[in-house]
Amino acid sequence: MIELRDVHKSFGSKHVLRGVNLSAAKGESVVIIGGSGTGKSVLLKCVLGLVKHDTGLIALEGQDVLQAERDAFLARFGMLFQGGALFDSMSVWQNVAFRLLRGSLKRPVEEAREIAIEKLRRVGLKPDVADLFPAELSGGMQKRVSLARAIAAQPDVIFFDEPTTGLDPIMSGVINDLIREIVVEMGATAMTITHDMSSVRAIADRVAMLHDGVIKWAGPVAEMDSADDPYLRQFISGSAEGPIEAVR
Amino acid sequence: MNLVLSPVAAIGRSTLAMLAAIGRIAIYCGQTLSHLFRPPFYFREIWGQIVQIGWLSLPVVGLTALFTGGALALQIYAGGARFNAESVVPSIVAIGMVRELGPVLGGLMVAGRVAAAIAAEIGTMRVTEQIDALVTLSTNPMKYLTVPRVLAATLSLPLLVAVGDSIGIFGGYLVGTTRLGFNPANYVQNTVDFLEVWDVTSGMIKGAVFGFIVALMGCYHGMNSGKGARGVGKATTNAVVSASIMILAANYLLTELFFTA
Repeated sequence: MIELRDVHKSFGSKHVLRGVNLSAAKGESVVIIGGSGTGKSVLLKCVLGLVKHDTGLIALEGQDVLQAERDAFLARFGMLFQGGALFDSMSVWQNVAFRLLRGSLKRPVEEAREIAIEKLRRVGLKPDVADLFPAELSGGMQKRVSLARAIAAQPDVIFFDEPTTGLDPIMSGVINDLIREIVVEMGATAMTITHDMSSVRAIADRVAMLHDGVIKWAGPVAEMDSADDPYLRQFISGSAEGPIEAVR
Repeated sequence: MNLVLSPVAAIGRSTLAMLAAIGRIAIYCGQTLSHLFRPPFYFREIWGQIVQIGWLSLPVVGLTALFTGGALALQIYAGGARFNAESVVPSIVAIGMVRELGPVLGGLMVAGRVAAAIAAEIGTMRVTEQIDALVTLSTNPMKYLTVPRVLAATLSLPLLVAVGDSIGIFGGYLVGTTRLGFNPANYVQNTVDFLEVWDVTSGMIKGAVFGFIVALMGCYHGMNSGKGARGVGKATTNAVVSASIMILAANYLLTELFFTA
């Protein structure tokens, strides 16, 4: 469904992506792992067109994303941002229903609110949260609201950018389970970037390890622990010794 | 040799950076203008911004105008007394307020209040990925954030200027009648007799241009904000400074255009 072929991206003299090859089949959950600053977020932003890649091909169902009609293309995506990226000037339900209140997916306000409350319930939040503002919520609740917003318009593809960053282990587990359940339930294709190995094991069908701007290893999550790729092994074990330089 | 060339190179670098910035602002301005007339239009956002920019700036602009009108009356009276021209106070206060001080001081006060607020808000949205989130939600940030603010400021400022002019003239009237011994009826008559429609409309046109500048600078610097609190702080400062300088420069150009052509 999503295919990246020899994707390059530089910022000035910094060559972040050096020929990334990766694909995600329809309904598959691919998790991209890698150290901080290896270009994982840039990769997702390139797919969404938030950052324009320099060379290579990024295609959704065979169509080059740069050629796609922008609104129709983006309407197929949902994204959970690392920090939630909720709009602070809007109430929770307005955040969740943002897409349903304007543009091509516009619905009557009451209907949009009902859908928002239903999505909030789906991510484990009670309806009385709907009229609160994001600043009044805890970090875990903000992540849930962001997740509800990502799924509100029933997207075909959902991106999760560091979904458990800043959360305690229990809340991380809850969010991981929610993501897995929702992705399976919706039949959506998911791409997640994380360096949280518990997320990887909970969410992934397939894992790809990004290092030095290229995919060093990719394979089913079940084969991850037995893989002999030195980069992957060092990352999984969290060891300072290995081919990945650790700055101390 | 390096001692001679280094300052020249530094001047060259600064000049190039300034020209590049002017180019970027010009492109941003062109993009904003092109989006002003193309749907979708976010009327609720536009109305919200009219309240934020226009209505909530009234106290600041009103107080500035009131004190400026009063001080202007005192200055003109003191200056006029040197050649027995104290009677010109009402007309000069009125003309000074509506042609120059109303729009310029109103524009500068709104630049301080609004350009800073816009840059800080949009800059924070940039830093916290809210702008990226807007894009992924199929919403063009230029249409959703910039156009409503620019439109609201351009429409609100002329009205603010008109209200400020009235309050400024009233400030001059208060000082003139209570401190300088003017007859209230004569003061009003003098003001009305000397003021022309073009004096008022030229000031309001200036207000519209200043409103456009204030919102454009706030949005531009917010959208191009650097990372972290420092980046947002710098964007806010740059928005106020650039809006203020551009208002003063535009005021000179508009005055040349309106009153010397």
